[in-house]
Amino acid sequence: MISLGQDEIAKYPFLAEAGQYLNDKGFTLEQFATDPDLKIIVDKAYERIESAAEGKIYNPKADNSSDKDIILPLNVFSFLIAIVLLKLSGHNTLINRFSLAEARRAEKFLERDLVSDSNKTSEEFAIKIFRDIFSITIKKAGGYFVIPISDYLQHAVNFHELEWKLVNRHVENGMVFLSTHESARLIRKELGGYISSRIRAANTPSMSKGFEDKVHKLSELAKKFVVKTIVSTEYPPCIKHAIEVLNNGENLPHFGRFMLATFLLGRGQTIDEIAPLFKNAPDWNEKVTRYQIKQISGETGSNTKYSCPSCDKIESHDMCFATPDCDNIINPMQFGKKRL
Amino acid sequence: MLENDLKFLEETFKQYYFDHFDFIHIPDRSLEREYGYKKFNSGMVRHISLKTDKDLRLMLMTNVPSDVFCSNAYYSFPNLPMAEKDWKEADLIFDIDAKDLNLSCRKDHTCVKCLSCGEVSLLHDTCPKCKSNKLDLLSLTCDNCISGVKKEVLNLVKILTADLRIDDKNIRISFSGNEGFHLYVTNSPYNQLGSKERGDLIDYIMFRRVMPERFGFKKENPSRHTFPELDEAGWRGRVAKELFGSKSKRSKAITKIISDGKLAYQQILEEIGKNSIGIKIDPNVTVDIHRIFRLEGSLNSKSGLAKLACDNIEKFNPYAEACLIGDEPVEISANSPIEFRLKNRRFGPYTNEKISVPKYAAAYMLCKGIANLV
Ligand code: SF4
Ligand SMILES: [Zn+2]
Ligand SMILES: [Zn+2]
Repeated sequence: MISLGQDEIAKYPFLAEAGQYLNDKGFTLEQFATDPDLKIIVDKAYERIESAAEGKIYNPKADNSSDKDIILPLNVFSFLIAIVLLKLSGHNTLINRFSLAEARRAEKFLERDLVSDSNKTSEEFAIKIFRDIFSITIKKAGGYFVIPISDYLQHAVNFHELEWKLVNRHVENGMVFLSTHESARLIRKELGGYISSRIRAANTPSMSKGFEDKVHKLSELAKKFVVKTIVSTEYPPCIKHAIEVLNNGENLPHFGRFMLATFLLGRGQTIDEIAPLFKNAPDWNEKVTRYQIKQISGETGSNTKYSCPSCDKIESHDMCFATPDCDNIINPMQFGKKRL
Repeated sequence: MLENDLKFLEETFKQYYFDHFDFIHIPDRSLEREYGYKKFNSGMVRHISLKTDKDLRLMLMTNVPSDVFCSNAYYSFPNLPMAEKDWKEADLIFDIDAKDLNLSCRKDHTCVKCLSCGEVSLLHDTCPKCKSNKLDLLSLTCDNCISGVKKEVLNLVKILTADLRIDDKNIRISFSGNEGFHLYVTNSPYNQLGSKERGDLIDYIMFRRVMPERFGFKKENPSRHTFPELDEAGWRGRVAKELFGSKSKRSKAITKIISDGKLAYQQILEEIGKNSIGIKIDPNVTVDIHRIFRLEGSLNSKSGLAKLACDNIEKFNPYAEACLIGDEPVEISANSPIEFRLKNRRFGPYTNEKISVPKYAAAYMLCKGIANLV
């Protein structure tokens, strides 16, 4: 797809064909599991996952060796081994968190590369990522980047902030003008999705003794983040989206929380089942959350039991993600019940 | 609707389709579209796919629909239930209707029909005859409303061509058959957009959810030079023209805006969005990517007028050009407290009168519910 130089591969390691890369460098996976000299890379891989799980962007302490030829491959190796460990542990939450953190790391590079006037190759490469992976034709125009409105909309609708709305953008002649930062930001979520789908698509290697310890530690780590939720397939898209937002640790606006809670209560779930869903929210506070859900359920306060808002209402809050399966229902509670 | 009236309208509509089938515009890629129709006095039939023009003609002749629709979407299997149709893309569609402009002339050409006793009267809150408050609003022809809608359509076209860079050739405008206009945009990159993305486009076109920052009022100490200039592209230019009028007045206006504060500015922006510069499209139409939309060339059962394409909207006179039913005399009993004009002829007011009018006027009044056959 994209041909990669060493620089690029270190910045965007998720673009590499893992097996191929190890091969080219003259390594096998087996060696990483057994060779004591390579243990440091396995350690780094674990650290990389750990910092991602904690919501940090992986930024290895500047190793004293300033030799690019050594550092860059090390970074790639630690990424590739991290994936091996993640696959072996099989924890989805960790994969999600890892993908998101890696996406934010890559976003930083993208942002820098888009304006690296000194280095045309980096710039072209960044533009290529937009085009080849996300089908966005992005062009430089003065101090800005311009992208076609239709491309812009397909990505910008993932944001809830007003400033991403087309009406609040510089639009001219079918194009939207973005700063470098905004251009990179525009694809963060998809970048995360792309990375996690690459990880999910990768084969799970068989367990080696040398990885066992780390994999075990990952399972311990994952326990901290496990959210027990009952996501049944009959949830409508708006509800799935809200859960996804929460799972990604993003902020779900008040209305979204209200919608989600009323929906799940309506489906007969209990406060105990619902409250943990909000665990990943940036402003999570168990007491407050439980209190709020209780209020909605009518257990406390005014004794009014709220019901799930209508599709119209949800739509007006920009939280409807209707698919054909929603056809003509007027309330998410009807989802899956009504047939044509 | 009474049995006789219904028969008359069905025959009239059938005659129209027999005589004027060539007015029907069968859209491109018709095989990938879903068709649907309504009959007088009954519900919608959807999920129809038509193989040829002949099928369409047959459908019109055998079912004698009151209204005919065709999807803006393209599907692999247009005749299957929605979930199985396999949506491919959908033309961008717009509906601008006089009722959404809410012009001041509206009260002069609107009457009410009581749903309880059937009395038709001038605009009231309750029925003067039985005091019921279940009333239907009926709006009759108005040239002022039509020119208002036309202006709105032309403004929309400007935004579509300048801001969204849609090629003129891909925009098709038609009179809706009642008191609005429809716009189709085909072959554009916007065809791929889902509802959510179209929602954002709608806010753009209607100038909604605007942030004062984007229009010059930066957070803390607002600076004069961030406010829009009259010659800027897009909304900033239009806002400048609306708020400042001319270059010479700009500076003074900005001084006032800054001293009134950001919140006030936000309110002004919202206000001009709603009442002047925002385009008054019907958002429910544009957001819908599975809609079946009135077929061009078919009759509208709200009026008996045809939905008709207009190449030159400025010159187009819908009440003459889209009035395509014959003019043989028909005896009706009419009750229309206000007058209306069709084919450049004035009709009414009528107070429960037996009259003889050309067929097109009889059909119009029957469709509006303000007359019966005698
Ligand atoms: S249409 Fe209703 S059920 Fe479907 S996504 Fe929107 S709100 Fe949810
Ligand atoms: Zn009455
Ligand atoms: Zn009027």
